[in-house]
Amino acid sequence: MNHPTPIEDAVLESLGTMRPGARGRIAHFEVSVDEGQDESLTDRLREVGFAENLEVEVLHQSPFGRDPIAVRVGKMTIALRRKEANIVKVHLV
Amino acid sequence: MSASTLVAVVGNPNCGKSALFNALTGLRQKVANYPGATVERRAGPLLGNDKLELIDLPGTYSLTPRSPDEAVTRDVILGQYEAEDRPKALLCVVDATNLEQHLRFIIELRGTGVPMVLALNMTDLAAREEIRIDADALSKRLGVPVVETVAVRRKGLEALQKTLDGVLAGARQSVVDFGISVKDHQRAARKIAADVTLSEGIGHKTTRMLDSVLLHSVIGPIILFSILFFMFQAVFAWAEAPMGWIEDGIALLQGAFEGILSDGLILSFLNDGILAGVGAVVVFLPQILILFAFILILESSGYMARAAFLMDRLMASVGLNGRAFIPLLSSFACAIPGIMAARTISDPKDRLTTILIAPLMTCSARLPVYAVIIAAFIPNTPVWGAIGLQGLVMFILYLAGIVFALIVAAVMKRTITKGEVQTFMLELPKYQPPHWRYVLVGLYERARIFMRRAGTMILSATIILWVLSSYPNPPAGATEPAITYSFVGIIGGWLEVIFSPIGFNWEISAALVPGMAAREVAVAALGTVYSLSGNEDMIAEGLVATLNNAWSLPTALSFLAWFVFAPQCLSTIAVAKRETGGWKWAIFMVGYLFVLAYLASFVTYRVSLALLG
Repeated sequence: MNHPTPIEDAVLESLGTMRPGARGRIAHFEVSVDEGQDESLTDRLREVGFAENLEVEVLHQSPFGRDPIAVRVGKMTIALRRKEANIVKVHLV
Repeated sequence: MSASTLVAVVGNPNCGKSALFNALTGLRQKVANYPGATVERRAGPLLGNDKLELIDLPGTYSLTPRSPDEAVTRDVILGQYEAEDRPKALLCVVDATNLEQHLRFIIELRGTGVPMVLALNMTDLAAREEIRIDADALSKRLGVPVVETVAVRRKGLEALQKTLDGVLAGARQSVVDFGISVKDHQRAARKIAADVTLSEGIGHKTTRMLDSVLLHSVIGPIILFSILFFMFQAVFAWAEAPMGWIEDGIALLQGAFEGILSDGLILSFLNDGILAGVGAVVVFLPQILILFAFILILESSGYMARAAFLMDRLMASVGLNGRAFIPLLSSFACAIPGIMAARTISDPKDRLTTILIAPLMTCSARLPVYAVIIAAFIPNTPVWGAIGLQGLVMFILYLAGIVFALIVAAVMKRTITKGEVQTFMLELPKYQPPHWRYVLVGLYERARIFMRRAGTMILSATIILWVLSSYPNPPAGATEPAITYSFVGIIGGWLEVIFSPIGFNWEISAALVPGMAAREVAVAALGTVYSLSGNEDMIAEGLVATLNNAWSLPTALSFLAWFVFAPQCLSTIAVAKRETGGWKWAIFMVGYLFVLAYLASFVTYRVSLALLG
């Protein structure tokens, strides 16, 4: 993290709860054990292109039930479901 | 074990591996613009050096496989693939417009110790996006040679071959320690990418613009639906003229044979057997090519992944995910590549479900069956202006296949293939104008396969059918057409007992049997059977008119309903057996489809009989 301050930590949001147009920078990854997720999911997110400090922007959401979402991550666009997107914690801009 | 030196082509999904493989070997591996187009390994000797064999592998993000296709890649690279040596070198491919992401896997591969050459691919697109990369610096940082390439335009191939030869002959590449975790690799990749990138570029604006329309929450689904609808309208409207030419050509040949040969066995064999049978199928080549052109263009444009995104929610409601939509859409062409493409699905149960429902998607072999019946029984009156009723009925039949596929999937996911909810994660590639060379090569391949089938399987099935329809000869003083006394007549008579409740006469029942070899053979079989049992006038009018006279409308509708579920062709059963690892699921698939086909036809027949009288 470039400049972590207490204020920024206060506005962390899960990527899966963001609406189209919302933007931010990836802070860290955190799987939800309650949802039955394990760390391999974080690896998978990293493999498709998510990484700390990358800029993310929610571009589109599915017309049906607003899930999945299409997210710009760095230069790529990745489609994923909100449940998995929630692993990605974002500093809102 | 082969004597030649093996080099594996590896990299992230959709970075141009297959295009590069094709350029280097002269082979025609499928090239498309969506992640997961290549699902199995394919080997071929390098052009101009057959001592060196290239292996094209499915794209993967890491050596930890998430799906069966990715497992193949890992096994080949690590030398665990059965009956094959470990590759002597890797030809790694990265997309120059997405270096920081693609380098991570390359860094992981450096840890395997296998010597490699890095192809910095798609440099033309990078230049267009004003991205500038220092290839020499990249080479120094990674400790491997780097060559700039544009696979689809065959640029940089000579330098690549030379470098590859050097690596195979030369010294070991030094090992650089980049750490072991995904996070370590990611950090190293981003650091290197940032250091060697001279200019960041401006991104792909067209893609963002197109997505704002094509993924729009209202317009997006309407466009997807319209594309599919337009596709089926076009299949009918555009094919009309070329189909007429082929029909005229066949009639001309039949007329010529009649002029040369006297009435007898040889004339009957040529006209009623081969021309009526094989001709009835060949006539559909234009329609099949138009359908394939649409699918190939969709695949190479980058739209397929968007369709998967739009469909994910619907697929989730039946327990599958959006990724399954790509194999299912491919199944419109043929269920076999569709079933193979299911290898990209990570969850074994989701994959099994997708394989089992793939045959419900109307494949192009069913197109002739639908088209003949529709042409015979549905008037081509315009509905709502430009849309023809025939195209509409065709669209409804395709839709019926999709709807039943989803229903069957929903039932299976709640019973026999029950499992945890799976994730959906898919990279949406940049849009590309379709590469016409790949579309044309794809169409040529398709036409070749179709004509070969017509010339071999359909021809031999037709010949066998003609023989069985002509013998034994009718007894003296027979009143019915000769075919009634033949083997086909006898077998058709037996089967009619089973099929008469759904409105099938003995001719249809007999045609269903060779239809097992390939669905379009059913049309060829009807052509032969009716040609032998009809009078001369009927033959002159062709199969469409013959059927119109011989069948009632309820029978025709019942026949269409039967083919929505269509009993399997043998190759589909064989592929399902191979992909599911045994007979169990293949037999299950055939069984459930037969039951559904019978029930659907029964209901269709009885209801339309009651309504139409």
